[in-house]
Amino acid sequence: MRIAVAMKPVPDLLQIRMKDRRPVLEDVPVVLGAIDRSALEIAVELKEKTSGHIVVLMAGDGRLEDTVKEALAAGADEALLIRDARLNGADGSLSAHALAAGVRKIGPVDLLLFGEGSTDNYSGQVMSRVSEILGIPQAGYVRDIVVEGETLIVTRSLEDEEEILEIRPPAAFSVLSEIREPRIPSVTAILKARKKPATVLSLDELGVGTGSGAGVETVSTLAPMTGRKGERIPSLEELVRVLRKEAPGGGA
Amino acid sequence: MTEFLAVAWKAGEVPELLGAAGTLGGGDETALLFLGGDEEARQAAARWGALHRIPGIETRLADTGSVAGALAGAQKALFAPVVLLPSTRRGKETAGRLAQILGAGVLTDVHRMERGEGGAICCHRYALGGAAVSVQRIGTAVQVIALDPGSFEAAPERGPGPVNELSVPLPEGSVVLREARPRVRDTVDIAAADCLVAVGLGLDRKEDLALVERLARAVGGEIACSKPVATDRKWLPEDRIIGLSGKKCRPALAVLLGISGQVQFTVGIRDAKTILSVNTDENAAIMTLSDYVFIADLREILPELAGKMDAGPG
Repeated sequence: MRIAVAMKPVPDLLQIRMKDRRPVLEDVPVVLGAIDRSALEIAVELKEKTSGHIVVLMAGDGRLEDTVKEALAAGADEALLIRDARLNGADGSLSAHALAAGVRKIGPVDLLLFGEGSTDNYSGQVMSRVSEILGIPQAGYVRDIVVEGETLIVTRSLEDEEEILEIRPPAAFSVLSEIREPRIPSVTAILKARKKPATVLSLDELGVGTGSGAGVETVSTLAPMTGRKGERIPSLEELVRVLRKEAPGGGA
Repeated sequence: MTEFLAVAWKAGEVPELLGAAGTLGGGDETALLFLGGDEEARQAAARWGALHRIPGIETRLADTGSVAGALAGAQKALFAPVVLLPSTRRGKETAGRLAQILGAGVLTDVHRMERGEGGAICCHRYALGGAAVSVQRIGTAVQVIALDPGSFEAAPERGPGPVNELSVPLPEGSVVLREARPRVRDTVDIAAADCLVAVGLGLDRKEDLALVERLARAVGGEIACSKPVATDRKWLPEDRIIGLSGKKCRPALAVLLGISGQVQFTVGIRDAKTILSVNTDENAAIMTLSDYVFIADLREILPELAGKMDAGPG
């Protein structure tokens, strides 16, 4: 089975600081999205069961070579990196066109995997857009994937119910982080990853035109006002009093 | 002609979708497309007025690609440039494909909308994992906006109206639904709780959970947690997770024990009326998000706190 895993380079959220309510993104390292790493892990499992091959796709405006090494060490066989200044702050539509063009470039794939949302923006729309561009069936919020002959048996987890779906490849899925625990690559795997091929292409080289963005404009991005007073409670007795006062039922 | 097309999978989603359209000036003329079955559609129409349905779609909902195709047909038939749908998992998955078919921009998890310059719809949604709120506008002729459930006021009922069957093609799909089953889940819904006692990694002994439970009982609260307590330590079920990958909760009182306040957590609790935090670290991020803070080691204070709260007032 040939599997492509789309992985988004995202700023390390734990290192973002706020200055005057504005996020400071300079010097924040770029990492692989946490849910995307779970997507890679199920891909590695399916690859091992079907003697398959995994290509990682990444699209962004910065250096992607360092970030993708972790994915190559974690079991991907090769990488296609789509690097272009136009991808700086790109909306989901442009990212989707870039990734769909990437999939076409690497040749037929049976399975295309995404995280259910990126850890930074979490819009959860890119998998659906790519599926439409490629004209393939999709399933979101997937909790498990099992290969049954020529068919993929997929468990989709919704708020109130779970669906067991039968889908014939090629298909695209977005997975939940709970699908698999991502591995921490061994030193040997990290050394081996250096030899795995990573191709870099621009949007022009992939034939993605300038009209591919869907015009979502960001007016502002600010930390929300909290307006909470952070009153220090001096003693355990006082804590008990406050809990009794604030408990909706009056605190027993 | 109407500006808004509200798409609901379940009758319970209708009031908020119409309410959200109402805040932008969409009144009774807001078109409603209901994806449930015939009987459910009739019941919804009795309360919410004229609605559209696409015959047969209710058996095909698992095939989001087909549904998106049919919704695109409905949007064109009804000439409504702004499609509103719930930002549930189903809604979000469908929204992206619908937007791609329509050449539209899409925003999901929108928790507030207002009119900006030139009547443009300004959508508020969390960004950077919940650390910030982005205000965004869609610039395309058709817009798809998925609304965070529980964030908008419900509209009043519109009175009875007819059910109109739309004749739009439902594209052939290739997704077969083998089985649908209710999720095995906790009977407690922390998103609906009036009071929550949430634990984070600062609670480092599993046996102390019993004390937390006593405290929760004393304040009439349910137990909740940050993500790693459920997914890494597996001390509590995943239904108890507060935050970006769990539930967004709005209790009257949230008692946070040993929670540092990473943005992925705080996005799920910042709408609580009152937040009280107990933490050893007075520089923890959660302190700036709390109404009350108590600096203490949970190991030391939990037995006494649970005992004193058990004892009741006086």
